[in-house]
Amino acid sequence: MPKITYVDASGTERTVEGKTGMTVMETAIKHNVPGIDADCGGACACATCHVYVDPAFGDKVGKPSAMEQSMLDFAENVRETSRLSCQIKIRDDLDGLRVTTPESQH
Amino acid sequence: MTPGIRSRDEGMSGAPQRVVIIGAGQAGGQAAYSLRLGGFAGGITLVGDEAAPPYQRPPLSKAYLKGELEAERLFLKPLEYYAEHDIALITGDAATAISLGDHAVTLASGRTLAWDKLVIATGARPRKLALPGADLQGVSELRTLADVDRIRRAAIAGARLVVVGAGYIGLEAAAVGAQLGMKVTVLEAMPQVLSRVAGPEIGAFYTRIHREAGTDVRLGVRIDGFEGIGTVSGVRLADGEIVPADFVLVGVGVLPNLELALEAGLVCGNGIVVDEAMRTSHRHVFAAGDVAWRPLVHYGREGRLESVHNAIEGGKLAAAAILGMPPPQVEAPWFWSDQFDLKLQTVGLWTGADQTVVRGDPGTRAFSVFYLKEGRVIAVDAVNSPPEFVVGKKLVAAKAKVAPGELVDKSISMKDIGARASG
Ligand SMILES: Cc1cc2nc3c(=O)[nH]c(=O)nc-3n(C[C@H](O)[C@H](O)[C@H](O)COP(=O)(O)OP(=O)(O)OC[C@H]3O[C@@H](n4cnc5c(N)ncnc54)[C@H](O)[C@@H]3O)c2cc1C
Ligand code: FES
Repeated sequence: MPKITYVDASGTERTVEGKTGMTVMETAIKHNVPGIDADCGGACACATCHVYVDPAFGDKVGKPSAMEQSMLDFAENVRETSRLSCQIKIRDDLDGLRVTTPESQH
Repeated sequence: MTPGIRSRDEGMSGAPQRVVIIGAGQAGGQAAYSLRLGGFAGGITLVGDEAAPPYQRPPLSKAYLKGELEAERLFLKPLEYYAEHDIALITGDAATAISLGDHAVTLASGRTLAWDKLVIATGARPRKLALPGADLQGVSELRTLADVDRIRRAAIAGARLVVVGAGYIGLEAAAVGAQLGMKVTVLEAMPQVLSRVAGPEIGAFYTRIHREAGTDVRLGVRIDGFEGIGTVSGVRLADGEIVPADFVLVGVGVLPNLELALEAGLVCGNGIVVDEAMRTSHRHVFAAGDVAWRPLVHYGREGRLESVHNAIEGGKLAAAAILGMPPPQVEAPWFWSDQFDLKLQTVGLWTGADQTVVRGDPGTRAFSVFYLKEGRVIAVDAVNSPPEFVVGKKLVAAKAKVAPGELVDKSISMKDIGARASG
């Protein structure tokens, strides 16, 4: 099972087992990883599941859809590596993925 | 002072406070999570009459109805969370009475729970149609996991689904039905779909979308009752016509579950009346979510909202008030609806608008409607248009004045419109 590491804004790391097909957001919720609010539950409607993807995984994770990109365009503290974690589905080749959560989701 | 110390009981023997939350849904769950996140050290008991732990309802008329998700993926927190955070979660038991004098809640099982602070988050229940045949098998509402599990057994390709009421839930279910290959009919009493929640431009657009998907959308029809022996076989219209049905989904709005509060003597209208902190007429009792009649700070009036955002915000506000912490920022109300490949994102409340401005071409399936009152943006409906939604949120919160000529001009970006808007 692919392992996902979440790093919070203060640098604390939490590594959990992800499940193929579930999203990086759902995996955080399931494992009580703080730092992701996910108010809309993954509908790509709220942008409170914002993460920064480790650049080493940038290509593998891929680019956001047009819908996601325009939600990100208006989120706070957006960077080149920003993604909405509810839109990243876990696959076997994402084993070892590291994402960092922002200071705040609101 | 740490939040933990601040949350100790106000004087009574120094024992930690006991918070009881009635209703283990989106708002009740959020109140519990926010209390713990804020460092609350007292006891938390979360009582719900459903079998499942707190879960999200939106997928019930979307991905979950379609069969794309397992129930567990709807849970707001994994079951272990509650034990790990010392939240006593009681499921499958209902509160039957609140005593304000004794600070106690009685449950159907006979248990009594004592509280120092009480949060009522009992949500709302679907309005039932008082028509002959309404209790036939195959006539259902859509509110709970149990409802959907029943509906899904009937959701087979070729079966005839009749949806009564063209609100968001009805239309979302109609879209799923059409996608599953069902023969879908939508019956709406008003001359337009979504008439309670959106303007005529949005209504006309969604009517067209559903018709293009093969759904028979019938507007301005009155229904008289349901036909069938034991199981429903059709819906009888006022003019005598019978619309054949294998399954009927009724989505004609909800009623707040406020009877407990009313019987306890709390002030209620079309909801439990609360102030900006979600405090009811009793200073130790709070209400949040679909059941709360709250100040709508962006509109200078009060009302009851039915949305995830409202439930989360209410839960957070109640928790902050119990903790004695500064309240979170109150956002303009927002909502979303997924139908087919279309995401509608709504911010604000459009009633009272004196002008509507359409930005973009509905023919492209990406456009938005701005609702203005005296030149100020009071609401936005954005279809497949996140920038309009996100900037719209800020415009509505700021009651911003925007020139309609700029809004219709797609060559001016929403970023620029947001930057130029005057508050
Ligand atoms: C099918 C569907 C689709 C939706 N889609 C969207 C959407 O896309 N976007 C959006 O923003 N909103 C949507 N909503 C609305 C949103 O889900 C609700 O506004 C939200 O769930 C309200 O939260 P709540 O906690 O107030 O009520 P609920 O989530 O209903 O929770 C209240 C709970 O209290 C329980 N209860 C009631 N009385 C008692 C009692 N006496 N004792 C114990 N327990 C009791 C109820 O059984 C229920 O479990 C949708 C709703 C439905 C039904
Ligand atoms: S959870 Fe709302 S956008 Fe990801």
